Amino acid sequence: MRTPPLRMAGTAVLALASSLALCACEREMRRFETPPDNRAAPRPEAPRTSALQPAEARSDPVRLPAGNGEGYEDNAYNVAQGKRLYRWFNCAGCHAQGGGGMGPALIDDQWRYGSEPAQVFSTIMQGRPNGMPSFGGHLSEDQVWQLTAYVRSMSGQLRKDTAPGRADALQANEPEAARDREPARPGAK
Amino acid sequence: MNDERAMQQQPGRTPAPPHLKDGPGPGSPEAAALDATWRDPPGLLGWLAAVNHKAIARRFIVTTFCFFVAGGLLAFVMRLQLARPGARLVGPDLYNQLFTMHGSTMMFLFAVPVMQAVAVYLLPLMLGTRSVAFPRLNAFAYWIFLFGGLMLYAVFALGAAPDVGWFSYVPLAGPDYSPGKRTDFWAQMITFTELSALLEAIVVITTVFKLRAPGMALNRIPLFAWAMLVTAFMVLFAMPAVMLASTTLITDRLVGTHFYNPAEGGDAVLWQHLFWFFGHPEVYLIFLPGLGFLSAIIPTFARRPIFGYTAMVLALIATAFLAFGLWVHHMFAVNLPELGKSFFTAASMLIAIPSAVQIFCWIATLCSGRLDFKTPLLFALGFFFILVLGGLTGIMLASVPLDLQVHDSYFVVAHLHYVLIGGAVFPLFGAFYYWYPKITGRLMSERLGRWNFWLFFVGFNVTFFPMHLLGLRGMPRRVYTYQAGLGWDTLNLVATLGSWIIALSALLFVVNALRSLRRGAPAGPNPWGAGTLEWATESPPPPCNFHAIPVVHGRDPLWEPPRAAADGGPPPFTHVGGLAAHTRELLATTVLDARPDLRVNFPDPTIWPLVSALAVTVLFIGSIFTPWAVVWGSIPIAIALTAWFWPRRAETAVHLRLEQGP
Amino acid sequence: MMDALHDVLAPFGPQAGHVRGLWTLTLAVCTVVFAAVLAALLVALLRAQRAGAESAPDLSSLGRPEPGRRRSVIAAVAASTLLLLALIAASIFTDRALARLSTDGALRLEVTAHQWWWEVRYVEPQVADSFMTANEIHVPTGRPVIVTLKADDVIHSFWVPSLAGKKDLIPGRTATLNFRADRDGIYRGQCAEFCGSQHALMAFFVLAEPPERYAAWAAAQRRTAGEPAEGQPLRGREIFMRSSCAMCHAIDGTSAQAVRGPNLTHLASRGTLAAGSLANTPEDLRRWIADPQQVKPGSYMPATRLSSEDMDALVGYLQTLR
Repeated sequence: MRTPPLRMAGTAVLALASSLALCACEREMRRFETPPDNRAAPRPEAPRTSALQPAEARSDPVRLPAGNGEGYEDNAYNVAQGKRLYRWFNCAGCHAQGGGGMGPALIDDQWRYGSEPAQVFSTIMQGRPNGMPSFGGHLSEDQVWQLTAYVRSMSGQLRKDTAPGRADALQANEPEAARDREPARPGAK
Repeated sequence: MNDERAMQQQPGRTPAPPHLKDGPGPGSPEAAALDATWRDPPGLLGWLAAVNHKAIARRFIVTTFCFFVAGGLLAFVMRLQLARPGARLVGPDLYNQLFTMHGSTMMFLFAVPVMQAVAVYLLPLMLGTRSVAFPRLNAFAYWIFLFGGLMLYAVFALGAAPDVGWFSYVPLAGPDYSPGKRTDFWAQMITFTELSALLEAIVVITTVFKLRAPGMALNRIPLFAWAMLVTAFMVLFAMPAVMLASTTLITDRLVGTHFYNPAEGGDAVLWQHLFWFFGHPEVYLIFLPGLGFLSAIIPTFARRPIFGYTAMVLALIATAFLAFGLWVHHMFAVNLPELGKSFFTAASMLIAIPSAVQIFCWIATLCSGRLDFKTPLLFALGFFFILVLGGLTGIMLASVPLDLQVHDSYFVVAHLHYVLIGGAVFPLFGAFYYWYPKITGRLMSERLGRWNFWLFFVGFNVTFFPMHLLGLRGMPRRVYTYQAGLGWDTLNLVATLGSWIIALSALLFVVNALRSLRRGAPAGPNPWGAGTLEWATESPPPPCNFHAIPVVHGRDPLWEPPRAAADGGPPPFTHVGGLAAHTRELLATTVLDARPDLRVNFPDPTIWPLVSALAVTVLFIGSIFTPWAVVWGSIPIAIALTAWFWPRRAETAVHLRLEQGP
Repeated sequence: MMDALHDVLAPFGPQAGHVRGLWTLTLAVCTVVFAAVLAALLVALLRAQRAGAESAPDLSSLGRPEPGRRRSVIAAVAASTLLLLALIAASIFTDRALARLSTDGALRLEVTAHQWWWEVRYVEPQVADSFMTANEIHVPTGRPVIVTLKADDVIHSFWVPSLAGKKDLIPGRTATLNFRADRDGIYRGQCAEFCGSQHALMAFFVLAEPPERYAAWAAAQRRTAGEPAEGQPLRGREIFMRSSCAMCHAIDGTSAQAVRGPNLTHLASRGTLAAGSLANTPEDLRRWIADPQQVKPGSYMPATRLSSEDMDALVGYLQTLR
């Protein structure tokens, strides 16, 4: 009499757990280890397309992205780190809280240089003409992927449960998790 | 034979005769009818639909005990990591999840629920009635608690457990510094468990006030009942604070409110006030039932009624009131006005006085009694050593200057375990050994019980006493590792060795409990020679608790037989008879004097509490991910609650017939 | 690692000293009370007769009051109450003593806690004399110190057991802590409010020095970093400015002025690295820069991948920042 309820309870618990597994695991992982550099598999290089660099200019080219940012947009920690780095490295100086100013808005559907993660990564690494500095070599690739994931969350490209909530700061607009998805429109402004 | 089968097929219905009434003792057809009426329906569906308080309480106790073991295992892993400096057994992220889960499990999933579960089992038996008030609500509260606990552990199994401490301070737990849904699961677990606790509190209060045996005036109820009554009132006032706090945290994280955002007018300290306004009474919610256990165990094993009953009751009530005036002592390191903090120092020290009254009354009882050194008494004696030591370190922590040195260090870890384990877990184990014969009909092994006690006592002190010294030597709390050469190495290793002894003791308890189920000596109705009403009925009690509700004439009804009538004849009233045996009917009595007041019809077993709990679970878990879940999730809840309360024609017909012709 | 003092029971300043006094009193009172309660219990246990479950309970107390026992309990409660009131008074007096620390001629510091390091700013009357450091505080022995406490992200707590009680640093609020070190020495402090992954490795040191030595240290701290020598140190600075270092760290005298990480202008003058997690040696510095996650997993500092020569150059340069 006692075992059937327990066994049924056990099965129910397993079913619930496995249905949560698909979403929960990846979102909540905190991978602190530094991702491997993989110099053994050299990647093609690209020139910097901006004259501007932070601190002192480097002369080396940047490496093209490996992959399309897998593992960053599904991971809440990485996106939150991207938000922190956006604040730290003064992206708001040109892009404000996403509304733009000296630089273009990041919360809209216009992506002059492409909205795919690899394209945003390249934009940050190589820089772009008309003012976007080239950060290649000044930030680690891990950091740039985190920034990429965050930038894409600003126009609602990420899942609602992974996008960040509000910051502990003055709020200019709604939290990224509450923004509706702006499907990217390619092409110039 | 035919009748019995018919009775089993339709619980609560007997074919003929239609108006059996209770009163005759066990063995009579009326008693059989009563048992059939109050028994849970058979099969899986019957198990899920049960509303009998003993059935719900048994599974509730087993569930909370499973959480206790889980929480203990988490702590065991933490101690393994801390045994050596710079150990790499567990990294910082997992460690933070471990201590958050350990604290949350012990505080929310074990300590308060187990006390409520034991109360739900014992109170009707102690008070001389057949059920708790609101039996379906009681069942719902259990299911909600279970689902909340399962949710938390499911999330832990997925590596996504909350990792910001059981107290979850903002801004660390806020949306900016705690990405993902980890903290949201914690906050929603709060909602589950606090809802369960609030509902159980309502059940307890109503049971103690209205469902007592005639003659059991309020100043005759067992001190355990007083302890649970006072605890339940505390729950009503304390739990809403944490529910409010966790709800505002969820809205900050989910929809971007600014309760805890200083830049937009919020305040991180608001969280601390809300949380600790609940958090301090919470520890008294855990402590007071322990005091109730002691007041049940000590008189029995000192073979005399408790000394100072009235003082004990007043001490419980005083403790409860004072407990709401202490919360800022968790915040002494915050820049709050010093004069205000001094007020909380005074209150924190003065709350020791009602506890001192209780301790001295127990000692007076033991002094003037004749002692029976069984295992329950051993655990009660363990309380005196451990709780008093913990209470005295509490006096130290009550002082602002002292607290500013040892706050958030291992000194506090030592203190809290001394008071919680000494004040609640030791009495709880004593209570297990004391009431196990009543619940199962068999005695636990005394030999294993002694080993259990001594291993626990020694292991506990070896684990936690060194932590006082660690705190004084500067070791903070909630650290996943520490550096070598700071003078903390040996003490940490000793504490870890102690944790092995505690683990062994817990294992012994489980072995004892399981083995005694089959091989324990059969216990009669009253193996300890105790005086309270639960020992008047069989072990285990029949489904209806009492075949004839007793009339009570004193505080220890089994010790004080009813007095003879004025003319020397037999005592006028010893039992109540005439309640229906074919439907669940109870006698409600007045609050103060327990004079018979109403005959109340109680509901039959029903699946709707479980279904409602599932619907509420869907709403709660959904609202972690989207605020719309509150809207969509209300619909299944409305349907389930409607079905729950919809009157059943057959049941109502039986009740109406009883009203017209009792 | 620096050999430092960090014991509540070994005070080296008046704040910790007052607390130590209160501790001694409270411990004495509590020990006496504990012993008394245990003694009463032991007497009760040893004197009482034994009985079994079958024996009839003693109901003589029903109806008949127990005056002797009542007197004893009341006396015990009264004695406990008086002792508690005395301890309350002692606590309040100690509070007042702590508040009365003279702050004449105090040194002013501003400590801002970050995840997981301590930013320290010395506030001088002449703004030009103010300077920044991280994780290590030098104070002149015998001179009071007023520390303003702020937090940049989450709640932390500033605790130097041998010198004073702790105070929380809460975002959006400014707190103050006053203390004075009365003996030369190195005192260890550690964050005492759970603040995330690396709460465990967020230590700091307070070095109390004779006033002249302190003045020399402060003067050195005010100087900006000089031009590095040709060759390896100059190359090291180049690497610093062109890698990710300059994105977060400042070295006064260079164009690296970011405030996201600790100020490194006088890195080589400190006893430890990474908030007390590592000794300040070339090997540990190299290990830290190459992969901070191996030392403090969860730390916000990224790994810096450099060739062996470049790393030598960088570490060599940083070691010149005295």
